Amino acid sequence: MPIFSLTEIAKEQVEAVQDYSLLAGRSLTNIFGHPRYFADTLLQADSIGVGSLPIVILTGFFTGAVLALQTSSTLQQFGSLSLTGKLVSLSMVRELGPVLTGLMVAGRNSSGMASELGSMKVTEQIDAMRSMGVDPSKKLVTPRVVASMIMLFFLSIISNLVGLTGGFVISYLLLGLDPNQYWTTAYQALRFGDVFMGLCKPVLFGFIISSIGCYYGLSAKGGTQGVGRATTQAVVAASVLILVSDFFVTRLLMGIFQY
Amino acid sequence: MSSLAPPAEQRQPTATSKADAAIRFEKVEIGFDHPVLGGISFQLPHGETKILMGEAGTGKTLVLKLALGLLKPDAGRITVLGEEITQMREEDLFALRRKIGMVFQESALFDSLTVEENVAYRLMEETGRLTDEIHARVLEALRFVELEHTVDLFPSELSGGMRRRVAIARAIITRPEVILYDSPTGGLDPVTSDTIIELIVKQRDVYGTSSLLVTSRLQDAFTMASHCFDQKQNKMVPVADGGVRDLHTRFLMLRDGQIIFEGTAADMLRSNDPYIREYLS
Repeated sequence: MPIFSLTEIAKEQVEAVQDYSLLAGRSLTNIFGHPRYFADTLLQADSIGVGSLPIVILTGFFTGAVLALQTSSTLQQFGSLSLTGKLVSLSMVRELGPVLTGLMVAGRNSSGMASELGSMKVTEQIDAMRSMGVDPSKKLVTPRVVASMIMLFFLSIISNLVGLTGGFVISYLLLGLDPNQYWTTAYQALRFGDVFMGLCKPVLFGFIISSIGCYYGLSAKGGTQGVGRATTQAVVAASVLILVSDFFVTRLLMGIFQY
Repeated sequence: MSSLAPPAEQRQPTATSKADAAIRFEKVEIGFDHPVLGGISFQLPHGETKILMGEAGTGKTLVLKLALGLLKPDAGRITVLGEEITQMREEDLFALRRKIGMVFQESALFDSLTVEENVAYRLMEETGRLTDEIHARVLEALRFVELEHTVDLFPSELSGGMRRRVAIARAIITRPEVILYDSPTGGLDPVTSDTIIELIVKQRDVYGTSSLLVTSRLQDAFTMASHCFDQKQNKMVPVADGGVRDLHTRFLMLRDGQIIFEGTAADMLRSNDPYIREYLS
């Protein structure tokens, strides 16, 4: 008997994709059905949104700051230091704000969801919930998905603003740029397509973070070791999916807005 | 009347539900890497308690999970409270499960909720909040298991036996028509085990609930078959009439994916099957 069978591995992978797709689909269709768990959604929004605020602010600020610092030398060579605001603004709003916020929240919340739901799974609490006639996808998954999508949207906006502020601090204090020039170029650089791209990505990332976290949590098996494995896998899968989907969404939106 | 007392329609089943068994397994098969249940058939009549026995790994817990629709069989039919659950969608199963109580082996209490929230969980799902009426019913269910004082505690603050009793309170609060017990005394000391068995006997004799009980402890099984609950004394007492009185308790033994014995405690004691004799010794 072979040690491992390629057929079995392929079957497992296809089954995993199928299970994830079903769970992700149900988490969205549940929004239109009953019962709706508003209290649980609010609780999750608080945990994901307010709880992630410090790391999002820190990441956003220093990303904007380092962006201004790194690009200033290149821009100076072409005598275009005044464009620092524009560069920081476009980079943060279109790309770095949503992606870095997504990655930070994935590290914090995808793992949290996987470990919480995984612990419930291995201690039969999920089965207990099902045995009492409560749908775990409605009670546990949908509130997390909805809360993540909404909160990622707002967290990205905050990250963009703080990133721009970080860029401004460097531009003003180290590069000696005029504040008015920085903010004007930063503001005027943005088109509708840029803002749209920056605001629709976090919604998608929020969905990825929560659905992946919940999927790995609900499929955890093998005791505490299994929960640990599920937590790691959730963070890795969510982070990779964020970066991969970011590329495709960017390409799609660039096509739509004709960049 | 006590609000925990079963409603009239439950104590006197309708003609349809009377005709159907509470649970019916017909040639049910399930396996994972290897076959576990190989075409078992049995039925649990209304008001009866069936005790599932057998070695570890023979699929006793699987039988309970199949009866609850938590797992789907590979083949065969399972009928619960007159509804065939084998082909039922998960969404439809949720409604049926509300008529069934389940006590899990490790209690499976929600560790982030208090005892009150755990016991009230199913009722709070219907109302969305903890009302005065639900609070009263929680206290009554906890009084039944003599844990009224633990209402504000978290499961981690309770002993193993207390957690099982809370799990029983959670299972009975909605007055289920069937209760499934998965090794309710597993890992407990003899005194605590007796307390749990007394509660199960009380539920059987006072409310006449149909139940399927998994146990590996012979002592528990025979205690249930030889004792009844005396409401006047408020305790479990041995049957005084030499076992003539039918306690509606039958044994069922699983071995190698098959049912090798089904009958009363007396039938089991009389059995000449070498495996059963060895199991009893």
